[in-house]
Amino acid sequence: MKVLVTVKQVATLDDRLDVERAEWDLNSWDAHAAEAALELGDEVVAVTVGGEQAREALLTVLAMGADRAVHITHDGPLDPLATARLLAPVVQREAPDLVLCGAHSADALNGATGVALAALAGLPRMAAVKAIEVADGAATVVREVEGGLVERLRVKLPALFTVQANINEPRYATLRGIRKAASKPLEVIAAEDIRPGAHVVATTVPPKGEGAEMLTGSAGEVAARIATIIKSKVAG
Amino acid sequence: MSGVLVVAEARRGELREVSFELLGAAATLSGPVRVLLVGDAPADALNVPGVEEVLTVASPREHFEPHLQAEAVKQAIARLQPAVVLAPHSLDGLSYAAAVAAELDLGFASDVIAIEDGPAVTRGAYAHRLVARLEFPGKATTVLTVRPGAYEAVAPGGGSARVTPADFAPDESLAAVEHLGYVEPEIAGEDITAANLVLALGRGVPDADTFAELEGVAEAINATVAASRPLVDAGFVSATRQVGQSGRTVKPKVYLALGISGAVQHLAGVRAGTVIAVNTDPAAPIFQAADYGAVADLREVARELPQHFR
Repeated sequence: MKVLVTVKQVATLDDRLDVERAEWDLNSWDAHAAEAALELGDEVVAVTVGGEQAREALLTVLAMGADRAVHITHDGPLDPLATARLLAPVVQREAPDLVLCGAHSADALNGATGVALAALAGLPRMAAVKAIEVADGAATVVREVEGGLVERLRVKLPALFTVQANINEPRYATLRGIRKAASKPLEVIAAEDIRPGAHVVATTVPPKGEGAEMLTGSAGEVAARIATIIKSKVAG
Repeated sequence: MSGVLVVAEARRGELREVSFELLGAAATLSGPVRVLLVGDAPADALNVPGVEEVLTVASPREHFEPHLQAEAVKQAIARLQPAVVLAPHSLDGLSYAAAVAAELDLGFASDVIAIEDGPAVTRGAYAHRLVARLEFPGKATTVLTVRPGAYEAVAPGGGSARVTPADFAPDESLAAVEHLGYVEPEIAGEDITAANLVLALGRGVPDADTFAELEGVAEAINATVAASRPLVDAGFVSATRQVGQSGRTVKPKVYLALGISGAVQHLAGVRAGTVIAVNTDPAAPIFQAADYGAVADLREVARELPQHFR
């Protein structure tokens, strides 16, 4: 079975909250999607959209065991619909049996790109699944909905699923895997002009002051304050 | 293009609370408010003051099916020409809202926490360390998924809207997902949703021994133990005690969060009177959501608690 996995290199800000000095890593949800792809597929293709740093996400997934990768190069911000529009032609060209995406990216937390991609590529989809089994050309998937309720569903392949972090434990790349990754095929495609679904007009540090009243002092003093608050709020 | 289309959410014949939160959000925007309900649920409850029309669409499937839902929303957009479509940023919403926007080339933003006319919206950025303001120039219609809890729910019913079956319905041939069944959560032991005092434990709890020690603290202070997802995934505690979007929603008088960073998915399940957070990371988002916070080692603080409750 051929599985295509979409991945993203995500930005993490430290306390300076400076976007220019962000740390970049493979999105953790995408690591789970890659693991699921490697478990289910005998051919795994990883695809990303982004600037030069996004290549690292592909190298990570190649080192985990993916067979080849496609880097759609694009600098600058992207919204989920624009990303999906760039990914869709590659998905259609590759015609995989299964497309897996992380349910969210850890930085943008849109939870939207995979489902938009499915719509544009003409694939059935279900978001946020925590288990996938494939048999007889169909996938049986499990998703959790609100309140702890679990739903079991069946979807004929080809299909696209976005996966939750509890679907599996991603493997680490071995040294051998990392060495092999460098020689695996990595195709580079320049992004076309795309229509965004939204424009970010400002990104700001959230206003402070609405946050918590901070309790200071020793652990014993903090505990005493907490106990007083609990007793005053919880009658009986 | 004018007004707001609210896409209500129902599960197993019952409207979900977030539907009434969307009505609360719609009431803050200009233009007529219309409501779409797909499937069988008490539509009259959606007829709240200010709503012009409630359209009900019969679904060929008993349970949520994302492709039928998307098609019904697309048909409603074509019929009603709304400027803004509000859908829940719920687990069902994740499976159809972005698809509708992508297929129709509409404006789109997800997990929004504030909406103004225009529309212009506010949502988190960089894991909610920053906030972004988004606009949708050139888009006649914009689909927005609204974070559960971001708006106050309005009381059901009491409106003067028409409640009418729509003259459109998605064709069953579009259904691609077959519902096999629900597995009920096992409510073993205490029901965390009924607790007045919840001791919520998160990733900051390093191991099972510490977890067991903190269960002892909970018993000593008469609190009910709940947990965030990482501890459930690690097997420390059953999923019935998971608080969050895919877990349960708790409404205690006091929510004492130890070692919980405060991810949005977790906070979606917290509707507490007072939130107290203890975390070693001073930048943890939980401190923005909490009423009281302490940057401290959760074990050191927890060990000092029982003596005050003897």
